[in-house]
Amino acid sequence: MTPFLHRVRFHWILLLLAALIPLLELVLPPGWHFGELLRPIFLMAILGLGLNILTGFTGLLNLGVAAFMAVGAYSYAILTCDIYPFQLGFWSATGLTVLIGLAVGLFLGLPTIRLRGDYLAIVTLGFGEIVQDVLKNLDTITKGTQGINPLPPPTFLGYAFTSEKYQPWYYLFLAFLAIVVLLNRNLQRSRVGRAWISIREDELASACMGINTMKMKLLAFALGAAQCSLAGALWASFLGSSGEPGNYDFQISVMAVCIVIVGGMGSIGGVLLGALVIMGFSRIVLDNFTSFLKAHELVSSTNVLAAPGNWKYLLFGLALILMMRFRPEGLLPSRQVRAELHPGGKSEARNP
Amino acid sequence: MSGSEVFLQELIIGLSNGMIIALIALGYTMVYGIIELINFAHGDLFMLGCFCALTLVGALGLDQLAPNTFGVRGGLLLILLVTPAFCGGLNWLVDRLTYRHLREATKLAPLVSAIGVSFVFMNLGLFWGGLRMAVFGMGRAAAAPKDFPVLISNDNLLGQSAVQFTAKDVMVLIVTLPLMIALTWYTKRTRAGTAMRAVAQDRVAAQLMGIDVDRVIGQTFFIGGLLAGVASVVFALYNNSIHFQMGYRAGIDAFTAAVLGGIGSLPGAVLGGLFIGMARAFCDQYLATRWTNAMVFAILILVLVFRPSGLLGAKQKEKV
Repeated sequence: MTPFLHRVRFHWILLLLAALIPLLELVLPPGWHFGELLRPIFLMAILGLGLNILTGFTGLLNLGVAAFMAVGAYSYAILTCDIYPFQLGFWSATGLTVLIGLAVGLFLGLPTIRLRGDYLAIVTLGFGEIVQDVLKNLDTITKGTQGINPLPPPTFLGYAFTSEKYQPWYYLFLAFLAIVVLLNRNLQRSRVGRAWISIREDELASACMGINTMKMKLLAFALGAAQCSLAGALWASFLGSSGEPGNYDFQISVMAVCIVIVGGMGSIGGVLLGALVIMGFSRIVLDNFTSFLKAHELVSSTNVLAAPGNWKYLLFGLALILMMRFRPEGLLPSRQVRAELHPGGKSEARNP
Repeated sequence: MSGSEVFLQELIIGLSNGMIIALIALGYTMVYGIIELINFAHGDLFMLGCFCALTLVGALGLDQLAPNTFGVRGGLLLILLVTPAFCGGLNWLVDRLTYRHLREATKLAPLVSAIGVSFVFMNLGLFWGGLRMAVFGMGRAAAAPKDFPVLISNDNLLGQSAVQFTAKDVMVLIVTLPLMIALTWYTKRTRAGTAMRAVAQDRVAAQLMGIDVDRVIGQTFFIGGLLAGVASVVFALYNNSIHFQMGYRAGIDAFTAAVLGGIGSLPGAVLGGLFIGMARAFCDQYLATRWTNAMVFAILILVLVFRPSGLLGAKQKEKV
């Protein structure tokens, strides 16, 4: 199955299907409407793709993507909220936020990118926690745990996005996701993308081939950070609030790691699938599972096992352990990763 | 309280908490020394140890007895044996089931697995807090912090002095110090400890000398878990409050301590633990409690960037 899907570009099929869902809802009975649930999945997919640049393409683990998302959300909020002097519109604020994310990525990456893989992961984790603490403690600017709100709704050619209809939001986020997918796809095929992949496969060898590995890794770090802050800006515009610092905790970062690992490191279609699977599991399957437990009186409704949110850590944890043990290339692997992990397999023979 | 008394008080608090952090840091540093894995789940193992200890307190009915009585002391001794065995066994089992299969994989694979194990442990702690026992508040609020009963009295041993030095502080020292001496003796003087150091130095060469490498790694995980188990009992008795998410915090403190001391070095881990314990106490007192966590992370990042070999660690090149 997978080789076929590879040839027809799985990620475009997924995006096309997603674009059709609101149209299908016009004819389907109300019980089948789940388009609204997909919006956060689009944002998590953008976050996952941001992490994928660093972890999937370049092979460096980032455990602090939530911090870059927080940077994006708070920058967007400060640029648009009417209690601050800037009061920009949605489009210019989003554009600026992406640049801020890029700058923050460079700022953190410059001193730390030369660290080895596991130490870099720990540094990004520390950065994630420091950002949360700073946002919480600098409450004169960030409003502490209240978050910055209300934010004005996005506008497009005079049309204001409101909370009444979900479809405009749906297509707005889908369009952003499609642009991000297109950019990542082109990056992956470019000189830069090939340099990243060669660093992932063998850093020493790629340095010998004349690749400036530090520069390339720094570029991956900064571009990934910029994408994560885009996800944060869109999230803030959607909530109408920056959210509170605790929203961008370690759990979000690990969720992004889960999305990339489950989907397939370095595979754009895989990351989209991973976002769908992980978010679908944590929102739909866990809900149904716990209501099943309650309905059959296996547990009482006050029991700790009865709340779907109480199973999340177990879900993410098991996903990571089992994938690493049994399918490290992910559900929808990129060709190179699969060829590396299963040398001499079918995929190897297919490669020219 | 005068300025010098405040200082002395924070010194005592920092020393006691530092010894606990040091015990957890030893587990990190031993595992890292032998397989270069940041055992992300170690802090959460410590947290499960605390829940195990509280369950035993409830099962033995120690919360019904007055502190410092003969019965409480006997019960605590039992807990101090059972909890470390539980943590050590669990740590060994996790290595057997997950990390052992990833020895030949890329370095990030075991690290990602360890993050997974950490999340599974955290969820188990959450479920454990929902246990219908009196010590867990009959499981009504599973996610809330749990009170650990006061089993060692808070009476000041210094009499009328404003500085508090209690039986708890003494307990921390008489449990942790001999354990650290025993660990040093074990790694330096026994046959098993020598094998452990050999595997840490060069796994292939050790194997060629006839050492069962997987067995030695398993032993390391067991001993690391053992230390985390002791630390969890001491922590719960000293601080009297436990929570299912405390492992993350404790893990970061201990990992920072291990890195600061020089990862792989046992005396370094103890030194780093004491340093972090003191730094936390002084930051709480003289700066602001709300910046303490950020300060620890800042120490961690600065050490990793500017002196990744730590204070006592040897400079080493990355193994390719």
